[in-house]
Amino acid sequence: MRLPAFGYLEPSTVEDAVELLAINPGAEIIAGGTDLIPNMKRRQISPSTVIALGTIDGMSGIQVDDDGGVTIGALTLLHDLAASSEVPAALASAAAEIGSPQIRNVATVGGNLCLDTRCGFINQTESWRLASGLCLKADGDVCWVAPKGEECVAVSSSDLAPVTVALDAEVGLVGPDGSRTLAASDLYRSDGIDHLGKSADEIVTALTVPPRPRWRTGYRKLRRRGTIDFPILGVAVAVEVADDGRVKDARIVLGAIAPAPMRMRQAEEALVGSRLDAEAIERAAELAAKPVRPYDNVDLGSRYRKWMAPVFITRALQDLR
Amino acid sequence: MTGNVVVGRPGPRVDAADQVTGRTTFAGDIDRSGMLIGGLLESSQAHARILSVDTSAAEALPGVRAVLTGADLPVPYGILPVSQDEHALAVDKVRYVGEPVAAVAAVDADSVEEALSRIVVEYEPLDAVATIEEALASGTRIHGEGEGDNVHRRAALEFGDVGSGFDAAHLVREDVYFFGGNTHAALEQHAAVASAGLDGRVTLWSSTQVPHYLHRTLEKVLEMPAGRIRVIAAPVGGGFGGKTDPFSHEIVAAKLAMVTGRPVKIVLSRQQVFYAHRGRHPVLMWVKTGFDPEGRITAMHFKSFLDGGAYGSYGAASLLYTGSLQTSTYRIPNYKFEGVRVFTNKPPCGPKRGHGTPQPRFALECQLDEAAADLGLDPVTIRRRNLVEPFSMTVNHLRITSCGIEECLDRAVEASDFSAKHGNLPEGKGIGLAAGAYLSGAGLPIYWNDMPQSEVEIKVDRGGGVTVFSMATDVGQGSTSVLATIVAEVLGLEPSDLAMVTADTDLTPVDLGSYSSRVTFMAGNAAKEAAEGIRDRVIAAVADELGLSADVVVVAGGRVGSANDEDKTLSWADAVRAAIVRGGSLTGSGSYRAPDLAGPYRGSGVGISPAYSYSVAVVEVDCDSETGEVRVAKVWLAHDIGRALNPLLVEGQMEGGVYMGLGEALFEEQAFRHTLHRGPSLLDYKLPTFLEMPPVQSILVETDDPEGPFGAKEVGQGPLLPVIPALANAVHDALGVRVAEVPITPDKVVAAQRDIKRGGDGRFGPRSVPDYDFGRLTRVDPPGEF
Amino acid sequence: MTDGILTLTVNGEARRLVAEGQRTLLELLRDDLGLTGTKHGCDLGECGTCTVLVDGKPVLSCLTLATQTRGSEVTTVEGLADGLVPHPLQKAFAELGAAQCGYCTPGMLVTAAALLERNPQPDTDEIRQALAGNLCRCTGYIKILDAVKLAAGAVR
Repeated sequence: MRLPAFGYLEPSTVEDAVELLAINPGAEIIAGGTDLIPNMKRRQISPSTVIALGTIDGMSGIQVDDDGGVTIGALTLLHDLAASSEVPAALASAAAEIGSPQIRNVATVGGNLCLDTRCGFINQTESWRLASGLCLKADGDVCWVAPKGEECVAVSSSDLAPVTVALDAEVGLVGPDGSRTLAASDLYRSDGIDHLGKSADEIVTALTVPPRPRWRTGYRKLRRRGTIDFPILGVAVAVEVADDGRVKDARIVLGAIAPAPMRMRQAEEALVGSRLDAEAIERAAELAAKPVRPYDNVDLGSRYRKWMAPVFITRALQDLR
Repeated sequence: MTGNVVVGRPGPRVDAADQVTGRTTFAGDIDRSGMLIGGLLESSQAHARILSVDTSAAEALPGVRAVLTGADLPVPYGILPVSQDEHALAVDKVRYVGEPVAAVAAVDADSVEEALSRIVVEYEPLDAVATIEEALASGTRIHGEGEGDNVHRRAALEFGDVGSGFDAAHLVREDVYFFGGNTHAALEQHAAVASAGLDGRVTLWSSTQVPHYLHRTLEKVLEMPAGRIRVIAAPVGGGFGGKTDPFSHEIVAAKLAMVTGRPVKIVLSRQQVFYAHRGRHPVLMWVKTGFDPEGRITAMHFKSFLDGGAYGSYGAASLLYTGSLQTSTYRIPNYKFEGVRVFTNKPPCGPKRGHGTPQPRFALECQLDEAAADLGLDPVTIRRRNLVEPFSMTVNHLRITSCGIEECLDRAVEASDFSAKHGNLPEGKGIGLAAGAYLSGAGLPIYWNDMPQSEVEIKVDRGGGVTVFSMATDVGQGSTSVLATIVAEVLGLEPSDLAMVTADTDLTPVDLGSYSSRVTFMAGNAAKEAAEGIRDRVIAAVADELGLSADVVVVAGGRVGSANDEDKTLSWADAVRAAIVRGGSLTGSGSYRAPDLAGPYRGSGVGISPAYSYSVAVVEVDCDSETGEVRVAKVWLAHDIGRALNPLLVEGQMEGGVYMGLGEALFEEQAFRHTLHRGPSLLDYKLPTFLEMPPVQSILVETDDPEGPFGAKEVGQGPLLPVIPALANAVHDALGVRVAEVPITPDKVVAAQRDIKRGGDGRFGPRSVPDYDFGRLTRVDPPGEF
Repeated sequence: MTDGILTLTVNGEARRLVAEGQRTLLELLRDDLGLTGTKHGCDLGECGTCTVLVDGKPVLSCLTLATQTRGSEVTTVEGLADGLVPHPLQKAFAELGAAQCGYCTPGMLVTAAALLERNPQPDTDEIRQALAGNLCRCTGYIKILDAVKLAAGAVR
């Protein structure tokens, strides 16, 4: 399977990268390439230019900030994130479950945060898609998953995305107008095509997790095999526990059921004041699972994933006890 | 058989050194001077008339050397003489998405892709048929083959009288099961390299399991004498039955080489491998079985509906295989089999490890557990009361010789502590049991002939070097090593002393190929005969040379002569020279043809074999009662191998069979959205990884088959068979649900559990089969000594 | 830079090549350098067959742009043995029947070699996790596990 031809650029600074991105409309960024290269081989995208970040210094590594938070360079390898004891548990465990060992040896934090949305009708070869009929996300005008819908429902399949939202993390961006930060929750949009809340000419440079001294965090992933597979449901949870043992604040964020991670605020509120007892967890799981309406566009279908939502939310919360 | 040195000793493969150093040259690794790259254009339509194919834009592309369409290869072919229904490139019609429509040879892969994208095919779409039910109901005919409508083949056979058997029964169960289709997914994508010389000869290297049948197909389709075609099976990177048909890309590569005068290589993409398929048929099954109060089977009526995909392939045999081996493990005094194979607009199904028998085996072994529960028996007892006897005939005229099923049952049950665990493990944990049997080679060749099914030649050099020539094709199962073991044992040498030349139609005498688990038994017997001829000549010469009586001369440890007196021996090389001095060229040949085992009815050729292997599997599972996920804790597998020629290789086949069985049971499905494959990739098609594989305890049972080489029988396919129903039975033991449908995915387990909560019976799967007329019933009397 | 000059070390030997931008490391090894020991099973990073070591770490050569490996040390199955002296893993794989068809074997071997380099005495679970990205269709992984354990003993 050959890659389409493209121009390959290797800037040595982020600023150069941003500039190259600006003057090469439609260019794609490559770091580890484990998302981009298959998508290009399948001709889901055929960018004329690929801009590599690998030769830029200072964009990888995990640093504990003065305030106790952690800053993770966008080029940090998932392997290194998974092995880190300095990051919240949920982040390391989510990283450890991404792809295969070989994938984690090259795939990066920034790459997983920006992972393209996935769908059984788009992550297919060009000849398959021509046989099926092209879809909204690539060159077509219909969504084969929800043919009456106007919007692409490809699924956010990043394991890190729901975790970062649950951690109130921020991403650092550099664009033509300089740098800025964006809440992780704003990095994702509920649109399978235009799924990132940053502008196309901005590059994610870092992930910053605020200090979380009293928080417990966790991640549960549903998939068929213990490795390689993308999530078909991801549950990121975080609770802040006060001295009296009661939940002061909570986050429940679901991944891999919609084009963006879904934060379940009603369920979070239901946990506040509880001692994470079975009853509170059950109530929260029920509330969090209620709005889950997965489409039949990834493995194992919608009905089962809907069934599994309360189970996985419950288990993720139980892990925090 | 005592005193064997090499036979029975665990040892490495003879080709291991190349394998672990990256030197094994698979077909896709071959490079030839001036070689072009070839590619195939896939049909985008499931069912359509081809109105036109415009190749002009492709031909105009620089770098393109040839473009072919169906018109260039008009001769039909197919693996079975009764199903000559395929074309290398579609002619007039396409019948599944992915069917090759046109082909290109160009200077590089980019030019091939570009050229293929420039070929314009105008289609007139036709209604497409996706399922068994649609095929039986549809008025749209996929093609003119078969018995009419979309029915490819029907079968209706009754042995004995099932009516009276059911009348005499204490319990009669009727159950419906479905076995989803799955595919081989060998890691090596099929590849072929062809070269055509100015001398008018064509050579094809291919990842094929059947160089002889491919040779015959090329003779027919290329319309040239077989003597001018050379087929070489390169080392095959996994077969499992998936490389047992002649394929489009093989024929096309040869034709492109002939048209361009340049070597041409075609490597299928992974997606094209899924489309080439020939894997496990989806089979819908209905089983009615009668039992006496003690659990003895009084009669069985079995109906199977096979979704064959778009072409015949091995389907006429696959259909009969779903019926024929049901009688091989348990004594069924009255048996009726009705089956139908339909055409659908999907990639053609064919033989995968166990060919047509894992599906009915799943139904039979699940139903036995259900009947046992009805009768208040345990799974071991009901099986024990029905076991076939060694050296007996089945009601459908299968000749059983050596048979270790009872020892397999005893030892698997004992090793796993099955009886203590079954019904007594904590909630979520369970244990299941099943048995199976498989052929040691199909009794008949694919095309009718009276020639041997296997021939082996041996040539001995004046320096003592021994070269073994055989068309047997090593697809990873270790057939070359098995032949080396046999020859080395006979000649008193080591396997590593031998040079093995295999799978080359110019150099090696015919062996029919690596399918139906036939090589150890058939090529093994031929190799043994060839080696014995050499040995006898060497012994005679040495006796003469040393003044010994021939009956005291032995070959052992690289020396030939007296067993008791070291001074009265010659080195192997000296002995060989003595034989050449006396008799000239030291060559030997052997051949094997199975005895005539066919029963007195049409269709009896499928299922007969000179010997059957037996297997019993016990599977222990740990289920997640909330998610329906099934984790396999351990598998015990007892296998009647007859005689383990190389226990290391036997264990490897058993472990691999367990692996593939568990994959089919839990994960793998060739799934479609109507006629379109849902995910022809190794991400969407779930092969179990290292993390899904449980420990396996292999138990080798030796029964010393009277006709097998050194008593050996097969191991490549049989061990897979019981694993799937044993797992299903374990899930039932764990959770009380009967998932009557393979694969047993977590969503089905949860659905069955929810059914119980709603007051249902906890059964997941279809509840009925179509009301269908299988045609005229052939009644066959049981064999005389039955 | 498109189609640039690429220098890298392959199995200890310095190589200098012209590589077009879209060339993958897999294509470079097999087609340009003739190192066909490295196999392919999916071309999309889904099977692990094409695994090679880049600077000692197992990566999927089908997803790696050749240009990304500039200046790196690449190790393939052809680079494991020292002349005719096999790597302990090669010896163990051969002795214990860890290769059946042999197609996944090159990727399996280099992945296992990286494991033993980093962790000379891995336990069963560490071996399974390290090789989780390498599919094998023949062996059920059991003899592979045995072979890595045997080689680990030999490495010590």
